[in-house]
Amino acid sequence: MAVKVISPGLSTSVQDLGRPGHYHVGIPEGGGMDRFATRIANLLVGNDPGAAVLEATFMGPELEFTQSAVVAVTGGELPPKLNGEERPTWESFPVKAGDRLSFGFLKGGARAYLAVSGGIDVPVVLGSRSTYILGALGGHQGRTLKAGDELPLGEGSGKAGLSLPADLRRARNSPAELRMLPGMYWHRITEAAGNRFFEETWKVAPEADRIGYRFRGGTPLEFVEREQPFGAGSDPSNIVDACYPYGSVQVPSGTEPIVLHRDAVSGGGYMMLGVVISADMDLIAQLQPHTPARFVPVTLEDALAARTEQRAALALAEGHLAG
Amino acid sequence: MSIRFNFGGDEHIFGEVSEEMSLTSFFTGLSMTNAVRTAGIRGVTEICPANASFQIRFNPDIVKPQDLLSELKSMEEAASKADPVLKTRIIELPVYFQDPWTRETCLRFRERHQDPSSTDLEYSARINGYATVEEFIAAYSGQPWFVSMVGFVAGLPFLYQMVERKKQIQAPKYLRPRTDTPKLTIGHGGCFAAIYSVRGAGGYQMYGITPAPIYDPTRKVRYLADDMCLFKPGDIVKFKAIGRDDYDATLEEIEANRWQPTVRECTFSLKDFNSDIYGTNARLMELINGR
Repeated sequence: MAVKVISPGLSTSVQDLGRPGHYHVGIPEGGGMDRFATRIANLLVGNDPGAAVLEATFMGPELEFTQSAVVAVTGGELPPKLNGEERPTWESFPVKAGDRLSFGFLKGGARAYLAVSGGIDVPVVLGSRSTYILGALGGHQGRTLKAGDELPLGEGSGKAGLSLPADLRRARNSPAELRMLPGMYWHRITEAAGNRFFEETWKVAPEADRIGYRFRGGTPLEFVEREQPFGAGSDPSNIVDACYPYGSVQVPSGTEPIVLHRDAVSGGGYMMLGVVISADMDLIAQLQPHTPARFVPVTLEDALAARTEQRAALALAEGHLAG
Repeated sequence: MSIRFNFGGDEHIFGEVSEEMSLTSFFTGLSMTNAVRTAGIRGVTEICPANASFQIRFNPDIVKPQDLLSELKSMEEAASKADPVLKTRIIELPVYFQDPWTRETCLRFRERHQDPSSTDLEYSARINGYATVEEFIAAYSGQPWFVSMVGFVAGLPFLYQMVERKKQIQAPKYLRPRTDTPKLTIGHGGCFAAIYSVRGAGGYQMYGITPAPIYDPTRKVRYLADDMCLFKPGDIVKFKAIGRDDYDATLEEIEANRWQPTVRECTFSLKDFNSDIYGTNARLMELINGR
């Protein structure tokens, strides 16, 4: 009744759609960084969209099944191999007891989602099965997977051969365009620095994980001069420690922007230039290090329109899978 | 004084009470977040007070951002006028200052510090005008602290000392953050103390360590069985300086799961505090000492 981990990949963890409601004590929402891929992987194998899946980063794990099940891989293009034979992504296929599932090299994106019919049945902690690695909470023993781990499965009844056509998946652009609502502490930088921030092309830095994505290659920000407020700290990028929104863009010392993601640190003492809109959070999850990216300013109305569009795309995909 | 409201993308509203830290700003922020919680607004998913600001997360498919903003603005007047009286609790936390573990870490990352020839305690004592490390520790553990924010990582409290501004201890963060900080380190950055709930990177000056877990994701520690995080914004904390023997003895009790911190219910009035800081603090500390 389980999946055995033969080799864990680079960083593979159990994730679902997260645990909102505990950010005020520093516990982030967590969950699959690419929500669309998480939901679709589950639907392909007949699960509730919020069942727990495995999120594999850059490199896939090798797994052995001790029972038959239906599985599907979505998200980044990380080709699954069943007993060495390649299987398609975004399509459900059957596995039997004793079968081994491994992965080829990553061809696109950054994170793949493996759903198994019945879902990964680790204990629910604070309403979710997601792994919060920094806090050693949830998932399988609060950590990324290791060789020798055994993951229990729930009861499932998916059917094989279900797939999501390419035109219903999210297209990726190069350079990646991350739409952002300027605000928060935007007034701390000069107008010229603000303009440059949006004009320049940045690159994803190697420090890119579930907590946040760092970007490099742009010009350091110029700050508006001021006497630092009491308690803020001496660097012009410092503020009195405040809450950090998901998607917020902080720029420590004005040099390298960091966009916080699903396992965000919930607060701190760096000014934020604004927040990447909710509709583009999935996109960040699929950026590899060194990918060129631009920040594009939008209004709140634009952000809400993008959100509506994203919901419509999800509804279309769900409709297709519901047959 | 009016709150600076701002949309943080399409899912957050950020409210900055003031740019600088003060207990008055903290209380206004706390009153706002309490009012939002009481109002039970549909679509609000996270209510987070911070030091001198706060953040509300919402689902814009359920509540329109502009409607929520108007509702928050309508609460502002009441929150900033409210005579801030807080029903809260005071928690005594034993701290082993000048312990060997933070000292070892401090020496390991010396080249990232403003003053590589001093320890964090020697440096902080000097720049805050204390003749000795012992006097500095006496000031640090002599007056209580407010939990003005919980976050960064799970269960980590930011603490603001309940003394007048000119006595606030201030220290810069490390020039470059360390890659390691022992779990349960008492650190200080800007005007805030923090307790590192988990081992990890950090930039605060390190002064000591507490034997008492403050976050337990497994909920095995008896006093963290219901809430895995010990601290909530609004809690009052008093550090009790202990030596190696007390540290070891407390740790042994904790490992046997027999220990729990001294916690007393209390009421805190900002008005009373501002008119008599040390009298108010003395009454609070009596609650801990008179058992």
